[in-house]
Amino acid sequence: MDFATLIQILDSSVRLATPLLFACLAGLFSERAGVFDIGLEGKMLAAAFLSASVAAVTGSVWLGVLAGIFASLLLSGIHGLAAITFRGNQLISGVAINFLASGLTVLLGQKWFGLGGRTPPLTGEGRFESITLPFADAIAPLPFIGPIYAELISGHSALVYLGFACVPAAAWLLYRTRFGLRLRAVGENPAAVDTAGVSVVGIRYSAVAICGVLCGLAGAYLALGLAAGFGKEMTAGRGFIALAALIFAKWRPWYALGATMLFGFLEAVGNRFPTIELGPIAIPSQFVQALPYIITVVILAGFIGKARPPRAGGEPYVKER
Amino acid sequence: MTAMPKWADAVLVPLISLLIAFVISGLVILAIGEDPVAAMKIMVTGALGSTYGWGYTLYYSTNFIFTGLAVSVAFQAGLFNIGGEGQASLGGLGVAVACLFVPWPHWSLALIGAAGMAALFGAAWAAIPAYLQAKRGSHVVITTIMFNYIASALMIYVLVTILRPMGAMDTASARFDPSLKLPRLGDILGLVGIPFNNRNPANISLLIALVACAGVWLLMWRTRLGYQLRAFGKSEKASVYAGINPVRITMYAMLISGGLSGMMAINTVMGEAQRLLLNSVEGAGFIGIAVALMGRSHPVGVLLAAILFGFLYQGGAELALWTTIPRELIIVIQALVILFTGAMDNMVRKPVESLFLMLQKGKA
Repeated sequence: MDFATLIQILDSSVRLATPLLFACLAGLFSERAGVFDIGLEGKMLAAAFLSASVAAVTGSVWLGVLAGIFASLLLSGIHGLAAITFRGNQLISGVAINFLASGLTVLLGQKWFGLGGRTPPLTGEGRFESITLPFADAIAPLPFIGPIYAELISGHSALVYLGFACVPAAAWLLYRTRFGLRLRAVGENPAAVDTAGVSVVGIRYSAVAICGVLCGLAGAYLALGLAAGFGKEMTAGRGFIALAALIFAKWRPWYALGATMLFGFLEAVGNRFPTIELGPIAIPSQFVQALPYIITVVILAGFIGKARPPRAGGEPYVKER
Repeated sequence: MTAMPKWADAVLVPLISLLIAFVISGLVILAIGEDPVAAMKIMVTGALGSTYGWGYTLYYSTNFIFTGLAVSVAFQAGLFNIGGEGQASLGGLGVAVACLFVPWPHWSLALIGAAGMAALFGAAWAAIPAYLQAKRGSHVVITTIMFNYIASALMIYVLVTILRPMGAMDTASARFDPSLKLPRLGDILGLVGIPFNNRNPANISLLIALVACAGVWLLMWRTRLGYQLRAFGKSEKASVYAGINPVRITMYAMLISGGLSGMMAINTVMGEAQRLLLNSVEGAGFIGIAVALMGRSHPVGVLLAAILFGFLYQGGAELALWTTIPRELIIVIQALVILFTGAMDNMVRKPVESLFLMLQKGKA
């Protein structure tokens, strides 16, 4: 493998990792506040669908993003209602949200566009264009640094850069602000937060809302940046991979960046080399595709460091009477 | 609060939740510009109006009984097995191996062998997540989801590179021997003089599913293991204090659950397709979740809920045939049922509880 191929794979890793990064940070906020969310997949799917639909009709990519965030927030609201207000089982609610998104996107897509669940292909203003960073052309001819800057760092769409910016922002919000402290406390020991006179329900709803916004961005990037329009089940398990990355990252923002980059890289390698031949043994492409899931299981098994979830995760908070 | 009688908890609350789910589904149909009443009529006549329709309904129900029982056994033990989809597809592999490589003298022996292999393969696929949950504390929900994806990759690999006959175009195994065809429900009912349409895939697996229902009931409520499973599900701490081994119980619950999911394959692979197809499960593993929730994890409830979903499935297919409503409507209804009977249970339960409390106060 030469240097140019490596740059290409890394470039595609960054693009494939971006939706995972958004979704992973989304899950991070929700789970750090004690609300498990296996509905990331569904929220991404709904966001991808509505953003592509609105972008196709209005021709504006940013209206599309807003619509995507709206769709995801709507599902977040349902999750909040079930998990926080009615103290239901958060896992079951997540499963319901995944199915709701999977069914409704096709139902509405067929009704609106009649293309069997797809949205019309997006062109021009309806899609994210790649941003060329300053001096990219000037630096490009330089050896080594040139391709890294011009191809790997420059030339992505706005949401990719926003995704990277979200990592320090999330870290700052979680570890350097009063809200972040309370959010983390609600995930570990909600009773203590309640005693301090802070609303557990309020904090959890805000966490779920942040999760909704980030999932919306993840879905919008899928439909408007990575692809040109919505296709049935286009998230293809990315919500679950993001969840896996979240566990791998031990519920920490910077680690989340690393974990999603790794999974993005795996997907990029899988796309570039359908079969990998190591001497006499050929690794089938299906194995490469299943690798993120296998790695997740290995990580979950605790063979690579122990991941400890937030202590109050998954449990509805009941005030003692 | 023990104001609510048992029947209200077991029947009234799920029925109200179901009603809410159906009303919202009706609104969804209205929103996409179709008539919900006409849609319901098409569904009822298509799924229940003829023995042909009933055959399809019962064929789908058979799948959902197996996967519903699978989810409910795990639920009873406090475990959420979302891996029914993967376990059922591995079960399909077990059936295919049994039917392709063993020269069975008679279909009945083949059925027993295939059911055993299906259960074995399904249980094996559940064993790793179960072991990781029991021994290393990794959450069974996440690992079973991961195993669904791994199973789908594995099945593609096995079908494309191993089981596909030379020169065949579609990703499927070779056909099973014609002598392994299972008797159709129409043949069986014909023996006792009940006329039943024979051009539908309902087959003898339905009877095995009913036996499985009875078996799960016996296991859960009439054996020591069943008692331990339920005690473990109610309170892990208390059951461990009472001397129940948590590792053993977790393993048993998941192995039984995986085995039941796997056995679904005798209906689809051996009963209908007569060969192993890609994606032979078609989401039945996930519908098991809705069925178990709706049926309150009790075999009788699971049976009724499975028939309801069988009706929805066949009715949905008819809708897609005669109207512009896509089949995905069923996924929406399924989601709403899971949401209202599972996650938002308290939304219905609390008002019903206070209603009964009020009635009691009125009497006193």
